[in-house]
Amino acid sequence: MFSSGVNILEYLSQGAWTTISIFLVSTLLAFIMAFVAGLSRLVKNPLIRGFTTIYVEIFRGTSLIVQLFWLYYAVPMLFNINLGSNWWVGVIAIALNYGAYMSEVVRSSILSIDKGQTEAGIALNLSRFQRMRYIILPQALRLMLPEFGNYSIQILKGTALVSLIGLTDILYYGDIYRSSNLSEGPMAYMMVLIMYFIIALPLIWLSKKGEKISRRGVAS
Amino acid sequence: MEPIVQYKEIHKSFGDTHVLKGINLDIRPTEKIAIIGPSGSGKTTIIRLLMTLEEPTDGDIYVAGENLWKMDVKGKKKTANEKHLRSVRKDIGMVFQHFNLFPHKTILDNCVTPLVQVKKMKKDEAVDLSKQMLDRVGLSDKYEAYPSNLSGGQKQRVAMARALVMKPKIMLFDEVTSALDPELVGEVLQVIRDLAEHDEMAMILVTHEMDFALEIADRVLFLDDGVIAESGTADEVINKSDNPRLQEFLKRFRKEEV
Ligand SMILES: Nc1ncnc2c1ncn2[C@@H]1O[C@H](COP(=O)(O)OP(=O)(O)OP(=O)(O)O)[C@@H](O)[C@H]1O
Ligand SMILES: [Mg+2]
Repeated sequence: MFSSGVNILEYLSQGAWTTISIFLVSTLLAFIMAFVAGLSRLVKNPLIRGFTTIYVEIFRGTSLIVQLFWLYYAVPMLFNINLGSNWWVGVIAIALNYGAYMSEVVRSSILSIDKGQTEAGIALNLSRFQRMRYIILPQALRLMLPEFGNYSIQILKGTALVSLIGLTDILYYGDIYRSSNLSEGPMAYMMVLIMYFIIALPLIWLSKKGEKISRRGVAS
Repeated sequence: MEPIVQYKEIHKSFGDTHVLKGINLDIRPTEKIAIIGPSGSGKTTIIRLLMTLEEPTDGDIYVAGENLWKMDVKGKKKTANEKHLRSVRKDIGMVFQHFNLFPHKTILDNCVTPLVQVKKMKKDEAVDLSKQMLDRVGLSDKYEAYPSNLSGGQKQRVAMARALVMKPKIMLFDEVTSALDPELVGEVLQVIRDLAEHDEMAMILVTHEMDFALEIADRVLFLDDGVIAESGTADEVINKSDNPRLQEFLKRFRKEEV
């Protein structure tokens, strides 16, 4: 029993790099999207704001799996756009989806900073950019940390969907293992769970830390 | 002498509320002005317009001869953009009722950041200047403290130091003692008194500290229902005016004080 568990883990680990690399790159891109979109929704220009709102609402309002299929099957046929490999399709879909959610975190954190901070910045004649960079964002970032921690764990879990477009991640190897060792099915999926959990451990630790920093407030 | 600030027929409405109804006011470069008046009469609004925190609905404000809210573009008057506002408001500083210190920065950095970013001053020069100013307001032992570890009176003194390092020619004070515990009011007033005596800049104080206003102000304005209803020396306004609204305001005020 134990040795079969270890065997399965070893088998699954063939998919670990796919899962981890997709997780890392899509998280990085999702963060970038979150800031770009979050800040774009706060600018004066109605065109930029409107365009960003449409992006955010579409990607929040539809499911990741449908977006994944869209990018994988529909976009290349309709627009003749080739996103490169399945790996990139997975990364981009996840980044756009979670970027949309996280942009709301960015936006609402910035808006929740006291108006008096902006006014003090104006009274000291800081420019709009300097106020954002030195006054508002440093305070807003601390508010974002716990949510960012939660979302990064969600992104990790979300990467399991890429097995549906033929990427050989942890779940994919779990499926293969089960189909050739039917009696060990429950054990195989048990090990899949454990594997994801192990990868999530540092994230859980990080997000706990983020929460602590956030709770300690700005004076630290 | 050329006035440093001029309000010309200034009106301000918030939606349907007509708050300022034609303000005309000239301020000399070293003049200390106190604005008194009932709650909601528009005292805060007057100085927020000058700090560019609100835009007038009508009229013009001039700072050192420059139109604050309008700029010339090829001979045409246009609403001021960020660049124009920054160039005109560089000589104006403001202290707020609720301090508005930057909570993520130390006391020292609260002062250093604007010097380095706005005045493009070298870091060590900015640090020296900031320390001097913090010493002046009596906070030489707090450089590395964060705002959250200070009393209200200390916070307000930091806020003043932060405004003063920028060397404004016009300082605005909006009820800077009204959020403080009574026993902390004195230390803040002392700093302002010191400024009024030794510094050349123009000062506009919105205040409920009547006696203090009378003590330091060259001129007292009584704002009532969006207009300057009385204007003159402290003695003229407080003791010699027979404006019934002012009398009523002063009476109510005296009652609250005892
Ligand atoms: N941003 C705003 N939006 C809507 N109404 C406003 C705004 N700012 C001020 N007002 C209104 O304008 C009027 C004047 O406000 P202001 O703050 O200038 O009065 P004040 O004389 O400073 O009063 P107080 O002594 O209570 O501070 C008030 O009726 C207030 O409700
Ligand atoms: Mg007020």
